Amino acid sequence: MDQLYALSVTVPLVAAAVILAARPLFAEHRRVLDLAAVAVSASVAVMLLFLVVRTYGADSTYWFAGFRPVHGIAIGIDFEAGPLSAGLASLGAVLLTGSMVFSWRYFSRVGTYFHVLMLTFLAGMTGFCLTGDVFDLFVWFELMGVSAYALTAYRPEERGPIQGALNFAITNSVGAYLSLTGIALIYGRTGALNMAQIAVYVNHHPPSGLVVIAFLLIITGLLVKGAIVPFHFWLADAHAVAPTPVCVLFSGVMVELGLYGIARMYWSVFGAALGHQAAISRVFLTLGLLTAVTGALFCFRERHVKRLLAFSTISHAGMFLAGFALLTPLGLAGAALYVAGHAFVKGALFLGAGIVLHRLRSVNETWLHGRGRRLPVTGVIFTVAAFGLADLPPFGTFLGKGWISGSAAAPWLTAIFLVCGVLVGGAVLRVAGGVFYGLGDPPGEDPQMAAEANEETGETDEARQRTPLSMLAPAAVFAALGLATGIAALVPRVAAGLEAAAARFQDQHAYIATVLNGATVTRAGPGHPVAPAGVTVAAVVTALCSVLGAAALALAALYWRRLPLLRRGYEPGAGLTVAIRRFQSGVINDYITWLVAGIAALGGLLAVAIH
Amino acid sequence: MQIVPFLVVAWVVVAGLYGIVTSRDLIHQIICLIVVQSSTYVLLLGVGYVTGGVAPYFYDIPLHTKAVDPVVQALALTDVVVEAAVTALLLSFAIQAHKRFGTLDPHELAEFKG
Repeated sequence: MDQLYALSVTVPLVAAAVILAARPLFAEHRRVLDLAAVAVSASVAVMLLFLVVRTYGADSTYWFAGFRPVHGIAIGIDFEAGPLSAGLASLGAVLLTGSMVFSWRYFSRVGTYFHVLMLTFLAGMTGFCLTGDVFDLFVWFELMGVSAYALTAYRPEERGPIQGALNFAITNSVGAYLSLTGIALIYGRTGALNMAQIAVYVNHHPPSGLVVIAFLLIITGLLVKGAIVPFHFWLADAHAVAPTPVCVLFSGVMVELGLYGIARMYWSVFGAALGHQAAISRVFLTLGLLTAVTGALFCFRERHVKRLLAFSTISHAGMFLAGFALLTPLGLAGAALYVAGHAFVKGALFLGAGIVLHRLRSVNETWLHGRGRRLPVTGVIFTVAAFGLADLPPFGTFLGKGWISGSAAAPWLTAIFLVCGVLVGGAVLRVAGGVFYGLGDPPGEDPQMAAEANEETGETDEARQRTPLSMLAPAAVFAALGLATGIAALVPRVAAGLEAAAARFQDQHAYIATVLNGATVTRAGPGHPVAPAGVTVAAVVTALCSVLGAAALALAALYWRRLPLLRRGYEPGAGLTVAIRRFQSGVINDYITWLVAGIAALGGLLAVAIH
Repeated sequence: MQIVPFLVVAWVVVAGLYGIVTSRDLIHQIICLIVVQSSTYVLLLGVGYVTGGVAPYFYDIPLHTKAVDPVVQALALTDVVVEAAVTALLLSFAIQAHKRFGTLDPHELAEFKG
């Protein structure tokens, strides 16, 4: 049974190595290769789901090669699984399986590299979620990163992918090295790399500036991965150019993994030693809401469908961080549910965009206007998923957001969430209405965006006359799963279980006891009060407002030229374009400048919070 | 523990970041990224250094001899492997950029703006 932990990372790694070694054999048998890759990722998904079920009541630990802690001192390397960590890993495996099925017919010519990189990416994600060792965290982070950079530049013959991959790789690498600096500092201070062991040390020694600096440096790399403003610039460049099946993973789990890493570092290692909960909560809440609003504004003005979805991911990442920043079990449970609901809905949207690209050879919303009427089934899936992204009950997004708002019990937070939901939902519904149903007038043509979007040609093969089932089915399944997560969370037992798991995740004593003493902790300590997680009237009303607002905004964006109040030829926000271009310049130098400025600002905020 | 290695680390990080921010050449930028990473080697080895310690091979020396920390050396080795992978990949991107578009200037390469 314990072997599941090790197998969940070794199976994809070994499979990747075998596929690479047996490359000549697959040259003539593309389907065998596809089937093998799908089988491997599906088996990892099953293993991880099994771990979720098994750790549903209490987290458990696996020590590699049986090097268990001696007298409470960790000497080996462990994997620690709980419902949240194993759940996030299994979410990644399920999304990856769907993307692999989608890519069967998507690529005209595919070498073995795509499958190998996808499998190493899967191993990286799984290891990152489960590891209990900070240096291991860095190694998995880099394995995931290198696979992702290579996948982004899968079509190196075009300018966009090279630029996107370079920006992605350099920004994330700088972040990762700063994380490693933090890891080295904390190792120098504590002599430990095991998270629980570090926590024991920092809790029993007087607080010092070094611990704060180490925390700041470690989370820098994770904030870059989590696309939090001002570390987010790489994301849109990478998402717009990566192959669409890969975007599903980037948006659905990779960004969320960065945020999960921050949550893990905060609660399992540094939280108790840092203290000042209220002040730290405010710092992260500010970052999260700033990110949510920035992402939503960029999202709404975008005409390149994949980039539009990428900016919506930035907005959602901000809302996830806000959910974590509340530091309550309900907030974290809400963020976890929101992550799952968002991943499936966003996956369906990306695959929908992929089908459009496959059939119509463009992702430019202006050009596509009305042309999507040839794709009725895709249109229905895309529209349903768009409503899911706008928090239509009972999608997982609705209840996740509802729980976060309910836990905050602050009208301004609900209002900001509502505005972001309306902007993001409105943008995606505008695409759905304009492209698939030809509603309204085509949005104004922006020559540069048109050039960018029309370059998207080499990714997929010759335009086909019909959409293969292997492409429609994963999109439909993802949309259905987005609905299913929401419906499952309506069951009181599941909701209570999720919240109890979130409380255990936040309970550092429980974590230390589980890892170092092999204890079985079934419920979190009294310091983690569990509020009833249910469906409140306020949540339903807010969600309905969000859906109606998004639909109204989408219709207004499509029909605004016909409104007598506005003079013709006026483009909303046209004056902003130059400023935004300068801001999101696409040049790596600027991104690194922002990164350094961001670290300085965050360090200043933390210093003020903890002084 | 001496302060000098840590000052060196800070200097190397800042120098590398300065290079990435100001450079107009991809190859130079990638080298600067390596410079940033080399700071982590100095830091790791500095953290594990024990004054007067010997190399940690307990083969023909008594068990309680003062030795430097072997863990950080293992970490630094892993770090080198990571660097090799990342650098090779980045340089291959730079080669592609030069071959296909004839430029190594990130400003000229920037296709997506806004």
